[in-house]
Amino acid sequence: MKSHSPARASHRPGKSAALKPEEIARSVRHIAIAGNPNCGKSTIFNALTGLRQRVGNYSGVTVEHKVGRFYGAHGEPMSMVDLPGHYSLQVRSPDEAVARDVLLGRRPEEPRPDTVIAVVDASNLERNLYLLAQILDLGLPTIVALNMVDMAEQNGIALDIPALAEELGVPVIPVVATRGTGLVELKQAVSRPLALPSRRPPMPESIEREARKIAALLSVRQEVAFPESLLLLTLSDQALDDLAEHKPAVVEAVVAAQQRLREEQLDPLCALVEARYQWIDQICQRVMRRAQTGLSFSDRLDRVLTHKIWGLVVFLCAMAFMFFCIFSLAQAPMRWIDEAAHGASQWVAAHLPASNFRDLLAEGAIPGVSGVTVFLPQILILYFFLGLLEDSGYMARAAFMMDRIMSAVGLHGKSFIPLLSSFGCAVPGIMAARTVENRKDRLVTILIAPLMTCPARLPVYTLMIAVLLPTASALAKAGILLSLYLGAIAMAALLAWIFKKTLFKTEKSMLLLELPPYRMPSLRSTALRMAERAWTFVKRAGTVILALSILLWALVSFPKLPAEAKVSKADAIAQSYAGQMGHWLEPAIAPLGYDWKIGIGLVSSFAAREVFVGTMAIVYNVEGEEENTLRETMSAETRADGTPVFTPLVCVSLLVFYMLAMQCISTIVVVRRETNSWRWPLLQLALLTCLAWSAAFAVFQGGRFFGFH
Amino acid sequence: MNRSVPVVCEEVSLAALPLRQKARITGFDLPSDQCARLLEMGLTTGAQIRSIRLAPLGDPLEIEIRGYRLSLRKREAEGIRVARV
Repeated sequence: MKSHSPARASHRPGKSAALKPEEIARSVRHIAIAGNPNCGKSTIFNALTGLRQRVGNYSGVTVEHKVGRFYGAHGEPMSMVDLPGHYSLQVRSPDEAVARDVLLGRRPEEPRPDTVIAVVDASNLERNLYLLAQILDLGLPTIVALNMVDMAEQNGIALDIPALAEELGVPVIPVVATRGTGLVELKQAVSRPLALPSRRPPMPESIEREARKIAALLSVRQEVAFPESLLLLTLSDQALDDLAEHKPAVVEAVVAAQQRLREEQLDPLCALVEARYQWIDQICQRVMRRAQTGLSFSDRLDRVLTHKIWGLVVFLCAMAFMFFCIFSLAQAPMRWIDEAAHGASQWVAAHLPASNFRDLLAEGAIPGVSGVTVFLPQILILYFFLGLLEDSGYMARAAFMMDRIMSAVGLHGKSFIPLLSSFGCAVPGIMAARTVENRKDRLVTILIAPLMTCPARLPVYTLMIAVLLPTASALAKAGILLSLYLGAIAMAALLAWIFKKTLFKTEKSMLLLELPPYRMPSLRSTALRMAERAWTFVKRAGTVILALSILLWALVSFPKLPAEAKVSKADAIAQSYAGQMGHWLEPAIAPLGYDWKIGIGLVSSFAAREVFVGTMAIVYNVEGEEENTLRETMSAETRADGTPVFTPLVCVSLLVFYMLAMQCISTIVVVRRETNSWRWPLLQLALLTCLAWSAAFAVFQGGRFFGFH
Repeated sequence: MNRSVPVVCEEVSLAALPLRQKARITGFDLPSDQCARLLEMGLTTGAQIRSIRLAPLGDPLEIEIRGYRLSLRKREAEGIRVARV
């Protein structure tokens, strides 16, 4: 029991005050929780730490760093890091790299854990034991949380748990995380003195010999030398090339060792995997009995849910229902937020003395805050559904069914839902792209998401179609609208295909998608996740969106004309920085058929696309946003030479521009947040703007060439 | 590599195996990185495998391996050699 006296010391009230922060950090036991995706790892993490969680990012990568605190069996504080779910320590993605690096003590923000809780799904024992075999090779005190023992029993799997613990050489605690069973025992196990695994999975003798040789060359702490060398030995030649962190002598030794093993007809990785699975087969033969059962519940469900016809029908209905809920349920709170902000603005305008500060509050800050919070209802509802879809196992089926379509443009089935969500709003859609595990697929999904037509474009489309064809039937207008949607989708498909062929060429995309059994989703997990996502959005993206909307407000409001000049709003905006920018932009947008007034609209609609309509109303001095009067004014507007500004070609050119351009600060900021760098959103902005410009240019100049006007 | 398991029946690719037919993996005709990923997911030579169903649009394929369900595209399934049992 001596080993946790330091941990207790920090908890004793009198003493803890005297401890320096770094001493407290040392005295708290650090635990890492690792496991396969779908093994219930996060449920255990949430059950132990509850709301005492902190979510950040690992520096330099877009992987979430999730740390929680909890108290051991004797009340001693412990810190726990939730590693990303992974199938192997063999690194193929940044998530897996983070999991491996934390376990080897390579990450600067996380100390090497004192203990690993390896979560093993009892209903899928064989494959889950593979990761455990790798973890046992790390030489860390390990505790197995054997989760979902109830599920295993239901599936006719009988497990001899004491025998399993004996074979593995580590404590095995049966757990049903969703019901909280076994968590007390798990805490007790964690509070016990640390002990290294009493056995290690066997490996081919020649591999062990070569690994020991390499370990002797490594300049790392002794306890991680062997696992490090094992990972080095199993790297592919290509991965070895970009190993900058090791001395050339080490890399040479690894290459030589691999060469020697190949001469013995041994591929290091394959041989090691096969040896581990042989070990697993032996263990399972001893501890596991599988009764012959009929079709499982999941299988019967899948007969319908992935059926050729019914599967697609159910999927379409589920998606339709989800988006119906997102739109209809989010509508009311979004209106409340809008009205509240409007009321607050008016109150401020009426009760504060006229000043720049009042205008900043009433026209910049308050609309900015509402512009951020207005996303929350949609984000919360979308994440509620995404949580249910993920937890229940249906998300994997959706990806399974949609993969054929998405793979045609080089994407993964899991990209389907984020892209579909982007039709509602690109902000939650891009956030939903987290469900795509493969980093490159996730990036491509994020890059093309703004091309999914969101409702913010509709006011612009409606206005421009009305100016273009004031007398056309509703059907003709709907036809134009539909072709705008389809045009954007076609462009997204083309871009995705180009991205996969160029930027992400090296990645050989391969689908390896687990279809976990259907499960009852946990409301608690879903609620936690909703709260966490919403909070991260407000904290990380909200502040930047707010700052940028205030900047945009300043652009259209300053410099102010003297109050006594009695200028109209139209003159004021023409004089503003935005108005000046419209003039500067004119040479760039004249080839698209736009004048500087349209330029002001383009600049201001970065706040949100629909702002274009409001800006046009101000620029053309139309009181209110009555659509018909604005349309008539715009149709009547002429250039200096008397020709109309909004010729049919200009209207089409504008429609095409808005179809493709990334005119949305919020999207840019969320992409920055989700990719953890400004590189991607700026590249995306440049790319989509160029694309929109070129397409509008082609329409306008091509149209003129063929004699349209 | 495929000699390690006695060939009971003629070898076919996993993609050509009739649905629900049990088989054992005998080898791979895939690039080594893909091969390693499959191995790690439990598709080792000698392991029992069964294809369960095709996705509604004809691809990918759902398989059963080591008591769990995995889905992979036909293109990869064509590179997995199996023998019926």
